[in-house]
Amino acid sequence: MKQLEALVQQASGALSPAMASTSAPSTSHTMNATAIATPAAARSAATATTSQMARDGRASAAATEQPIQWHAKGASTTPASLSDDETEVARVMQICNACRYCEGFCAVFPAMTRRLEFGKADINYLANLCHNCGACLHACQYAPPHEFAVNVPQAMAKVRVQTYSDYAWPGALGKLYKNNGLTLSVALAGALALFLVLTVAITGGLLHEPLAGNFYAIFPHNTLALMFGLVFVFAILSLGIGVRRFWRDVSPGTASGAAVAEATHDALRLKYLDGGHGKGCNNADDAFTLLRRRFHHLTFYGFMLCFAATSVATIYHYGFGWQAPYDYSSLPVLLGTVGGIGLLIGPAGLLWLNLKRHPLQGDAAQRPMDRGFIALLFLTSLTGLLLLALRETSAMGLLLAIHLGVVMALFLTLPYGKFAHGIYRCASLLKWSIEKRQPDGLKLGSD
Amino acid sequence: MIDVLVIGGGNAALCAALMAREAGASVLMLEAAPKAWRGGNSQHTRNLRCMHDAPQDVLVESYPEEEFWQDLLKVTGGITNEHLARLVIRESSTCRDWMRKHGVNFQPPLSGALHVARTNAFFMGGGKALVNAYYRSAEALGVQVRYDAPVDSLELDNGRFVAARIGDERITARTCVLAAGGFESNREWLREAWGQNERGEWPADNFLIRGTRFNMGVLLKFMIDAGADTIGDPSQSHCVAIDARAPLYDGGICTRIDCVSLGVVVNRDAQRFYDEGEDFWPKRYAIWGRLTAMQPGQIAYSIIDSKAIGRFMPPVFPGVQADTLPELARKLELDETQFMRTMSDYNAACRVGTFDHTKLDDCHTEGLQPAKTHWARPLDTAPYYGYALRPGITFTYLGLKVDDTAAVRFNDQPSDNLFVAGEMMAGNVLGKGYTAGVGMSIGTAFGRIAGTRAAASALAQRVTGVKSEAA
Repeated sequence: MKQLEALVQQASGALSPAMASTSAPSTSHTMNATAIATPAAARSAATATTSQMARDGRASAAATEQPIQWHAKGASTTPASLSDDETEVARVMQICNACRYCEGFCAVFPAMTRRLEFGKADINYLANLCHNCGACLHACQYAPPHEFAVNVPQAMAKVRVQTYSDYAWPGALGKLYKNNGLTLSVALAGALALFLVLTVAITGGLLHEPLAGNFYAIFPHNTLALMFGLVFVFAILSLGIGVRRFWRDVSPGTASGAAVAEATHDALRLKYLDGGHGKGCNNADDAFTLLRRRFHHLTFYGFMLCFAATSVATIYHYGFGWQAPYDYSSLPVLLGTVGGIGLLIGPAGLLWLNLKRHPLQGDAAQRPMDRGFIALLFLTSLTGLLLLALRETSAMGLLLAIHLGVVMALFLTLPYGKFAHGIYRCASLLKWSIEKRQPDGLKLGSD
Repeated sequence: MIDVLVIGGGNAALCAALMAREAGASVLMLEAAPKAWRGGNSQHTRNLRCMHDAPQDVLVESYPEEEFWQDLLKVTGGITNEHLARLVIRESSTCRDWMRKHGVNFQPPLSGALHVARTNAFFMGGGKALVNAYYRSAEALGVQVRYDAPVDSLELDNGRFVAARIGDERITARTCVLAAGGFESNREWLREAWGQNERGEWPADNFLIRGTRFNMGVLLKFMIDAGADTIGDPSQSHCVAIDARAPLYDGGICTRIDCVSLGVVVNRDAQRFYDEGEDFWPKRYAIWGRLTAMQPGQIAYSIIDSKAIGRFMPPVFPGVQADTLPELARKLELDETQFMRTMSDYNAACRVGTFDHTKLDDCHTEGLQPAKTHWARPLDTAPYYGYALRPGITFTYLGLKVDDTAAVRFNDQPSDNLFVAGEMMAGNVLGKGYTAGVGMSIGTAFGRIAGTRAAASALAQRVTGVKSEAA
């Protein structure tokens, strides 16, 4: 068995670094000939190639290891130069496209098979179509420790955050995705400070005589509406401009009603977190779980109910002149309470799953962004529910300031944090729904 | 004492372990590989060839027993055992619900792969996903699994299993299932099996192994030396022509080159050697490994022009590209004069009718040796591409002889507590050749039989043991 161990060490140990150093970016058949790995090029490497051995008539068992040659980057044929992370997706997609075992899991692989080359736009599209479910990592015969070191979810995650930042508007703020945990913390601290100071300035202290839940005794309604309205409109504008640029680059074609309906359905159901078989996605290991899908549903629909509560309240205020505070059994409070509970359980569950996630899954560098966003959502809900529960006490002003601070931080960072994933994901889902209805130009013989 | 010891960690071993556990036996599995590499060649598989008389869940139309049998008869050239083959075929029609119960997911038929959705059920995510599901199920049912546990010998007593040995460790059990794979990863054994050719070469030195690096054939060799009945020719294997740049082990599916039928294939001397358009590629890919192994230097070059691009599965490594054929010859380091003669002869001999890659079309050569009988079009559209090919071994066919009980035999007498499944006995059904997914059909059928038999034998021994203690 010593011999066996030696073989394994030789094969896996020796080749892994070689892979890293020789892995070159890819495009498929049309690349620059000089950049392609040729037998002659391989021969110049330290290891003897098989053909050389054959010609020399040399016979030596187990000496046929060769450095791995990936498709070379052909600058002349690549429309835009690829970043390192995009290059890795191109490399991985080139391997996946020759294997295709994962085509049943999600939309990424069927979309991949419609392509032979992976340019920048294709890579950005596929990266955002990936839901990070993780199934293809555990199923992959080329995943680490294999020397091909294929890790689709991780490669896609790295490119995703890059697309958010590349397409961010204004462009300079794209940097906020880097060290996003810091961005969120600063936004939160700043917004909290703002509202605490305002509260003190207005009421002369953080505690006050009970005000029967009348927020507007502290912050006039129009002031709040203006502040949050502006920030919210800016967030929408910023994300809208970003995704519009993304959409143009992936050149989607025209959306039919059916395509829009399907994309909407797939987004609202989180279809691609079902694993393709309905058992869910992977989290801690190769077992499937529906928990991420369910916690995400609680988070998303909880958020939407809270949003609906605010919208209904706004209509009450401006449409009917009905002023807050609203009764516990009123529509805005009911919507907000139910949504708030969802927005407590959902993010708490997602955070728990995130902490338990398999180390090879996703991009570890993005954990602060993911967890920061989750924490902000959780705090939004927690402070909102506390405010509701204690709105008739003397702590209302303090709780209101904290809640408004948290919500302000959430709104401020919407275009520069994890929230962006939903926007770009929806755009990619729509692109896929359009694309799959178009004829496939390739006539590949299947296996 | 453990009831059933399963040696191996791939599909057949897992099927045996699961069946034995379900029958109430205590089971210990010994997988030679570390956990990250578990599953043997099963981690590289994709589907299961399945008989069915009518459309069945993921399978369209029908694939009756007789058609399956005729397909097997054809690819093996009759080197098969009809009784065992039909047993495998029938088992393949009923095992999928059991597989699903243990977590295996099948892929709904795809429009693009319909001709295989008739004969083969595809595992969602491929063989590694299947292996993962079986391990999860086994562990949930209480099967003990040990990784990094390569058994190097057995203790036998007159054809009965007594214990397995890992170095100094001795593991006893009432019964044992051997499912430890063929010997394809053992370079020395391959060298010996293929021998030296008339050119003085050792062809097997130039083979690549498509599958696991752990199938060293240690137990197969031990059993042969211990006098177990064997079947099959050590030089027979599932052998495909793959990209010469593929890794030495575990290259798997993606290293295949699928453009052979769209162009020509030349050897090191720049000469063609076989009809590239004999039949559809899925029916021919498994003969090209052996054809390449017969060529000088065990290398061949698949040459296509730009007309082929977009008509075959994209290879994992880029082809060598050139704007002219002479340039391609130089880049491939082939004799330019001979290469151009071969190309001119071929191009001149092409009789192009209506090219259609989806059927056996009327494009063929005339007066050329060897002929190209379909899809023959002159190579005349730059750029040109060349892919160097090597024989890639998937698994070997030499194995232990069995009957329908999966019992290991000595001098034609079955052992009553030692069984075998998977690649270690696939040669009973598959003496040569291959048809997609049949390896998994054999592994599943015999894994299940071996597990059931081993459990029954162990449980009977328990009863006898109790009786003798009582007496």
